[in-house]
Amino acid sequence: MENPVALLTLKILFLSCIAVGGFIATVPELNRFAVQVQGWMSDGTFATLFALSQASPGPNLIIATLVGWEVAGFAGAVLATAATCLPTLVIAYQAMRLRAHHGRARWFLLVERAILPIAVGLILATAILLTASASGAAPPKLALTALTAVFLLATRRSPLVPLAIAAVLGGAGWV
Amino acid sequence: MRPFHPRALAGGWSRRTMARSRGHGLGEYRKMQHQMPGEAATSAEGVTPLKLFLGFASIGFVGFGGVMPWVRWLVVDRKSWCSAEEFDNLFALASFLPGGNVLGVSVMVGGRLAGRRGSLAAVLGLVAPPAVLVCLMAELYRRHQHLEAVQGMIGALASAAAGLIVAMGLRMVWPMRRSPRALAIVLVVVVAAGLLRLPLVWILLTILPASLLAARLVAR
Repeated sequence: MENPVALLTLKILFLSCIAVGGFIATVPELNRFAVQVQGWMSDGTFATLFALSQASPGPNLIIATLVGWEVAGFAGAVLATAATCLPTLVIAYQAMRLRAHHGRARWFLLVERAILPIAVGLILATAILLTASASGAAPPKLALTALTAVFLLATRRSPLVPLAIAAVLGGAGWV
Repeated sequence: MRPFHPRALAGGWSRRTMARSRGHGLGEYRKMQHQMPGEAATSAEGVTPLKLFLGFASIGFVGFGGVMPWVRWLVVDRKSWCSAEEFDNLFALASFLPGGNVLGVSVMVGGRLAGRRGSLAAVLGLVAPPAVLVCLMAELYRRHQHLEAVQGMIGALASAAAGLIVAMGLRMVWPMRRSPRALAIVLVVVVAAGLLRLPLVWILLTILPASLLAARLVAR
């Protein structure tokens, strides 16, 4: 198969079928495939795309959209995005139905009670990693993270408020 | 949090049969099918795929640094489509499915409220607007990446976005405060994934059986 769009779509389809823990977990493999195996772009380009996908709004699977966009423009972006979503759409829908039917079964409640703390632990671990990588241990940035968290815990107002304040402070060079 | 005492689940079991015997429409019956008994108390009535699409699209545009906390804010705090505990349970389930928690939880919330089309609408709303935006941003960034203000802004946004995740994690831990079993597992996972940075597969393979065993023992 020579068509890059088809190759990329199939690769992403496969990756998102095994991407337990989020699409972010497959990024190293996507990098290897696009840069080393297929030679579609340089390592630097991929790194820039990844940084952009992290800084942009939206779920982080958007990295696949950018890779598709880089490889084959509009068609590439659309197909790559669809390929990331399709497996989850099918699998999660079935899981939801399973939950609706067996949600009161003892084994299901047991599973639910077992996996909830693991999921919460993973969230807190992500919070630690993100805080560390975003702040680089700079006190003003750590304070920004802490104040945002406090704002969200103390109020029910839109998270956009602390983000907007942070953007203004950062743009002015105060943080 | 109730899920730690499964037998406390009370009432509501006959809702499905009641809905049928009272002659509710098929659509309503379907909606109820996907809702777990005891997890009502939300404004999930009359949520259409269009409402789901618009709701999820609205956070797709603002979810800097990951949309996970935003999805919870939309679904639980803003629209009351799900109770906090149901959201946390769906979220935990989604974390173990391929494709990640955000996408998975959106599929489940959409599907629970409006069936198959609801799932599709939620995912489209979550993914399509940011996908368009990110391609535009890629072009914009190429032109302005040298500007200090842009870099400062993105750096500060990243720090604030980390705060969103911190808050979400703490909100999810709070209901577990009386369960030493759950807190111990949270702690082990935080250390393994956040400090030691072990690969996720290892963590799941070792901690999941341990957690199942612990849940089983506590249940007795």
